[in-house]
Amino acid sequence: MSNPNMIGLIHNEVMKIASKKRLAVVIVILVILVSMFTYAQYREIQEKIEKQGTLDWRVELQQEIVDRQNRLASSGIQDEFRQFLEFDLKQKQYYLDNDINPNYPGAPTFIRIFFSQGITLVLPLFIIIIMADIVSGEYNDGTIKTLLSRPVKRWKILMAKWLTVLLYTSMLMAATVIVCYGVSGIVLGYDGWTAPILTGFQASASGEFSTEYIHTLPMWEYLLMSVGLAWVVTAVVGTISIMISVLVKNTATGIGAMMAVLIAGTLLSSIGSSWTSSKYLVNLNFDLINYLEGQAPPIEGMSLPFSLTILGIWAAACLAVAFWNFTQKDMY
Amino acid sequence: MSLKPTVQLKNVTKIIGKKTIIDNISFEIYPGEVFGFLGPNGAGKTTTIRMLVGLIKPTSGKINICGFDVRKQFVQAMQRLGSIVENPELYKYLSGRENLQIFARMLPDVDEERIQEVIDLVDLTARIDDQVRTYSLGMRQRLGIAQALLGRPDVLILDEPTNGLDPMGIKALRTFIRKLVDDTGLSVLVSSHILSEIELLADRVAIMSHGKIVKVGSVSDLVGALSSGVDWRVSDSFRALAIFKESPYVQAAELYDDHTIHTLMDEGRTSILNEALMKAGIEVWTIERKVQTLEDLFISLTGGDHIV
Repeated sequence: MSNPNMIGLIHNEVMKIASKKRLAVVIVILVILVSMFTYAQYREIQEKIEKQGTLDWRVELQQEIVDRQNRLASSGIQDEFRQFLEFDLKQKQYYLDNDINPNYPGAPTFIRIFFSQGITLVLPLFIIIIMADIVSGEYNDGTIKTLLSRPVKRWKILMAKWLTVLLYTSMLMAATVIVCYGVSGIVLGYDGWTAPILTGFQASASGEFSTEYIHTLPMWEYLLMSVGLAWVVTAVVGTISIMISVLVKNTATGIGAMMAVLIAGTLLSSIGSSWTSSKYLVNLNFDLINYLEGQAPPIEGMSLPFSLTILGIWAAACLAVAFWNFTQKDMY
Repeated sequence: MSLKPTVQLKNVTKIIGKKTIIDNISFEIYPGEVFGFLGPNGAGKTTTIRMLVGLIKPTSGKINICGFDVRKQFVQAMQRLGSIVENPELYKYLSGRENLQIFARMLPDVDEERIQEVIDLVDLTARIDDQVRTYSLGMRQRLGIAQALLGRPDVLILDEPTNGLDPMGIKALRTFIRKLVDDTGLSVLVSSHILSEIELLADRVAIMSHGKIVKVGSVSDLVGALSSGVDWRVSDSFRALAIFKESPYVQAAELYDDHTIHTLMDEGRTSILNEALMKAGIEVWTIERKVQTLEDLFISLTGGDHIV
């Protein structure tokens, strides 16, 4: 039997989403955001040239190091912030000692920074815009009744929807890279794919800083890793939002709930280091690129494998709840 | 009937919380018949239909579609069934054709040719590539039927199909369903809270009230059984009543006022009774055959539930 098959069901979901033009909306938002950031960067560069007369990254980095030292010397800064500054200082010093520019000018560096900053909020937000109503929309329109009285098992329908979330996560990542590269390159230039970048800094919240595993990577490889990690986080957020979409049956409530999850994560990770068991919360484990950059984790004991495991467990649990609920529930 | 039923409900009960929504109902629908499902709003018609199409699980009892258990052989059962539950719920932001393509992908062996076939069948060719949001209710209804017919079902379920249709639309729908049944020999289940509709459309009727089926029968039987009411206007109804009560041809006689008596009786014996009254010196002013409608039956069966 050729029909109904999974590819056909995914085709259906893509057709529904495509006609709502959500991805187009997200791309427009991306273009606007990236244009603004690029312009801000451009102004910053101009200002530096005016101030320093030249655009030597070594001078700039040295200045930043001095700035960190000054701030560390001042009294009255919080322990957590002190630690952050110390790590930052050591990293910058390491870059300077090894004569590697941490911010090689160009579109690839822009992509790196965009993903690093966007992984906890902007990218998950985009997937929510695209996907939040994938199940609840069917409830709101009443089409769930037509959909579920067709000769296709319910789990297959939800599976198709979930695979569509993963598909759109991939498309979102690709779109983000393309928009960042295309727009920022106009000002910053398009080269820098092979510029070296350091990774493998080991920082722990207890205050150790190790340079034992540091190695250089070409930018493109580093970016591939960044995008991969961002994909994981975005896919997990998409999975959670599919569960909420199944449970609350109302798109507006669903989006609200997901926003609360995201924002609570950002807030908690900046204030919650003394509540150590909060590291098991899914939304504290979104900042995966942090590990790549070698910043101190928000809570002692967190590492890339730890965060990936937590994300995996949460995703699996959400899927289980979503599937169980979707296949068992009476539809009114 | 010797034919195998296409739809079979056996002792189906649905309890939500502590409330019994559907109370032990059973009925069968056969190929080539239009089965009317009649009851006031809230009687449990839609809940029953939702159980038929697998949206709701019955608490107990069995539902078969063409011999396939809706719970255990969901896919096989649904392949033989097309339905509109409540309103024709379709994707408003897609065109009519895209909607049909989506549902075609959920069925075995439905190609573009079949899609065009059902479009022609419901006469939507001119507007099929427009967005569904621009359709009138009648057109949505037709698209819903097209969707239900895509998989060449043996059973078509239409829940309140005339809701929101104008009289012309209702008449067209009636003709369409009749022709469909005559051409393809499928079974159609039509629910409605409007008696006249069911009376005109259905071959057999199940009357539902408070989650129970109070009566199942063919429309002609139900109406035939009722048409033997005779109203008498006489000079002295009290004395006439005594005569009616004694007569073996009168099943029931009821005093209405000083001069009027309602009876249920064998129409063929009217003249015998008339004679008896005259012999007793009672003047007979009028004898009127009172054609009762399904509505009277309905009210007497359901104890005055509101229907239109």
